[in-house]
Amino acid sequence: MKPWKRKGEKVLADIDQQEAAVLRGLVSQIDDMLRARVEDAPQDELAELTGIRTGPSTSPDDPILSRLLPDFHRLDDDNPSKADLDSAAMLRSLHEPTLLDLKTGVAGVVLDTCPMYGGGIRLTLEQADAWLSALNDVRLALGTAIEVTEDMPDELPEDDPRSPHLAVYHWLTWVQESLVQALSAP
Amino acid sequence: MTAAVDMEQTQASPAGAEVVSEDRPWQTVVWNDPVNLMSYVTYVFQKLFGYSRDQATKLMLDVHHEGKAIVSSGSKDKVEADVARLHAAGLWATMEHTS
Repeated sequence: MKPWKRKGEKVLADIDQQEAAVLRGLVSQIDDMLRARVEDAPQDELAELTGIRTGPSTSPDDPILSRLLPDFHRLDDDNPSKADLDSAAMLRSLHEPTLLDLKTGVAGVVLDTCPMYGGGIRLTLEQADAWLSALNDVRLALGTAIEVTEDMPDELPEDDPRSPHLAVYHWLTWVQESLVQALSAP
Repeated sequence: MTAAVDMEQTQASPAGAEVVSEDRPWQTVVWNDPVNLMSYVTYVFQKLFGYSRDQATKLMLDVHHEGKAIVSSGSKDKVEADVARLHAAGLWATMEHTS
């Protein structure tokens, strides 16, 4: 893949078959995780009656999902106040359904516009923003899984099981950075 | 945060967006994390809040160096909506009472 190019109201790139397979595979995995979380949402009669959806009130146990769906308050202090805990629970159940819709939505844009066997990608600016969010979600997920740090080396020792994943992570970083640059170009 | 390529040198504006007053009882805090790209965070601040490139860059650098930055403030509803939009963009944001 070469850097993204902006042409007027379009953003363009070519992706080869293997890159497309990796990207589509990762985006699909995140999409599956998010959809499984949607299934966890409480079903209640009031929600069906009013049409107001409510999500779960507690953070996902899975660290990846938990990073993709953060709390509205810092609760990782030693002793979060009861007011913050109650408020965070209420805000999560209120906002999480919409957040899940947005995240599965941007994943869907990538799956719709990234050619399955590689080839040209041609995005509107709106689709390009969806790609940025989806690429970021994949990097957050992968970064959480391999415990990325700010001073992560370019390569890990070959016997480190995270080594191949880190290479993919760095490639995704490059794809996202290039897309930000293309969109930020005056 | 992380930088994928060398960032162009940007002169940070001294006038930050961290305005707090009595009629702005809540504030939006963005926290540093090792994944989000510096360029992407700047882009998101510009896009979501309409900040200039200089303002957005200054806030991004605050997040990067200080570990956090206050990126907006206002009523509970406004800040709640800002946090929700930042979560959609994948940034680690929370809301708190101004002290």
